[in-house]
Amino acid sequence: MSAISELTSLSRRKGPKTAEEKKANGRDNKAAYIFLLPWLVGLVAITVGPMVMSLYLSFTDYNLIQAPEWVGLENFQRMFTDARLHNSLGVTFTYVLVGVPLQLAVALLIALVLDKGLRGLPFYRSIFYLPSLLGGSVAIAILWKQIFGTTGLVNQVLALGGIEGPGWISDPSTALGSIILLHVWTFGAPMIIFLAGLRQIPNMYYEAAEVDGATKLQKFWRITLPLLSPIIFFNLVLQIIGSFQSFTQAFIVSGGNGGPSDSTMFFTLYLYQKGFGQFDMGYASAMAWFLLVIIGAFTAINFIAAKYWVFYDD
Amino acid sequence: MTTKLETLPAPSNKASAGKPTNPRRPRKNRESRGSLAFSRSARTNALIKHAILIVSGGVMIYPLLWMVVSSLRANELIFRDPGLWLNTLEMGNYTDGWSALTHGFGHYMINSAVVVLGSILGNLISCSMAAYAFARLQFTGQKIFFGIMLLTIMLPFHVVIVPQYILFSQIGWVNTFWPLIVPKLLATDAFFVFLMVQFIRGIPKELDEAARIDGAGHPRIFLRVILPLMVPALATTTIFTFIWTWNDFFGALIYLTDPDMFTVPVALRAFVDSQSATSWGSLFAMSIVSLLPVFLVFLFGQRFLIKGIATTGIK
Repeated sequence: MSAISELTSLSRRKGPKTAEEKKANGRDNKAAYIFLLPWLVGLVAITVGPMVMSLYLSFTDYNLIQAPEWVGLENFQRMFTDARLHNSLGVTFTYVLVGVPLQLAVALLIALVLDKGLRGLPFYRSIFYLPSLLGGSVAIAILWKQIFGTTGLVNQVLALGGIEGPGWISDPSTALGSIILLHVWTFGAPMIIFLAGLRQIPNMYYEAAEVDGATKLQKFWRITLPLLSPIIFFNLVLQIIGSFQSFTQAFIVSGGNGGPSDSTMFFTLYLYQKGFGQFDMGYASAMAWFLLVIIGAFTAINFIAAKYWVFYDD
Repeated sequence: MTTKLETLPAPSNKASAGKPTNPRRPRKNRESRGSLAFSRSARTNALIKHAILIVSGGVMIYPLLWMVVSSLRANELIFRDPGLWLNTLEMGNYTDGWSALTHGFGHYMINSAVVVLGSILGNLISCSMAAYAFARLQFTGQKIFFGIMLLTIMLPFHVVIVPQYILFSQIGWVNTFWPLIVPKLLATDAFFVFLMVQFIRGIPKELDEAARIDGAGHPRIFLRVILPLMVPALATTTIFTFIWTWNDFFGALIYLTDPDMFTVPVALRAFVDSQSATSWGSLFAMSIVSLLPVFLVFLFGQRFLIKGIATTGIK
């Protein structure tokens, strides 16, 4: 069971307490809080405390040296008129809305090909999985910078076919696409989750469908897809949350400036520049909360939409 | 996962020659078309699949192989030769790259290793303690805390990073490894708490009860009964923590600005920034060096990685 289904079931399970639960209540309190102590301290000092603090800072002007100065809604008003911020939102949305579905589609496709007890499956699985472990590193971003450069690997290969490719990462119209490709390249992790999900589909459904003369495509649409939909949903939610926070690749590929002409200026990169480049901590905090609201909204939309397409067997 | 697959094939396909590549269909095919027809169509089917996988896998892996080969080539070839053939073996890129920055690259590897070891230790201790409480103990506020814990898995770290930075810089911890390690000692990687809770729930409660009857308290049950049984979950945690911490760029970028304290990712970044147009070979060489530990961990820890992802579903 995943974190997401745990959360949904937690919010559903609101009945009266059973006798056993009532009796048990309070029995282990002392031991429990001792075991939880590191986590509780972390929750207060590293998570909730800073969250409250950053909410406060988002209403201030703060540069780390002088004391924070209360400015009300000014930071948020500034966000309304900040053209670079709007651009960075566009870049991030494009990245998420193109990159995530594309990556999941490839992951599902390869998982389907891999699923049926193919010989050499562990080997293939390793090959496809490896990039998702390396993809977040600076080293791979460096590799990407070379591959999609003007005289990089891609253009060398294209030249063999007589095609003269553009400088992918130096051209504002293709730079973001190169980084999206890097995201797609790391499809291994969701693929593994899909593979595990495919194993859960009982064989008898396919057998029954075959008796009824169903085609492969029908079996995919009527059996595989509905029964896999909770897994697709799970991958979708997590990948969207994760992709909104992408940073390293854009930072390294663009040399830290989000270029060319802000075409790879991710929201997180802009936030970093404001907060840790210019030490405009108030504005950066406001941006962080805005990001939280956006991610929260996307997740909420996902959960609402799930009612219409996610199919639960039980 | 694989063992489950291997037990799948129906017992009734002795008649089909050779090993069936497709365990879901043999029975029906044997009945309708005979064993010969089955093995032929299944074989072409498998062949097509292998072709798809080899081509797509090749495309995926090619850039990595090419980077390895290029790191052993003369610099100018990196921008001319898309192939994988090596005429000569140029180790110069590695020796040049190793000493290209203020310190030898080994210095940054050691820094990274310190952060990684601290993080692993922190995660193992703090997350397993929290997980034991959530999975085995009853306490006031359990559901609320558990819900909060799950929510923090999905919380974007940006909403806490600014105040965290302010906090750590006021303590004077900028340019130390503490801001990268201390949060792990406080179980802020809630994903691992969740992973361990899942695992502990699968351990039979009778074992705890037997220990309790023998007079063991919670610390003893935790240390002597639960911990030894959750070694697979601890291994998964260790491996993921290793890879994530080794690759972590953002944390190191904001907290480590002194070149003495650089971890591998920020050192590499400094290398990219400082490099002249001709040093791609040594840049590649050090990139390979930086990926090597992750690759080795992947090689030996794959089993745990794949299990970990499949059961909890986070990359």
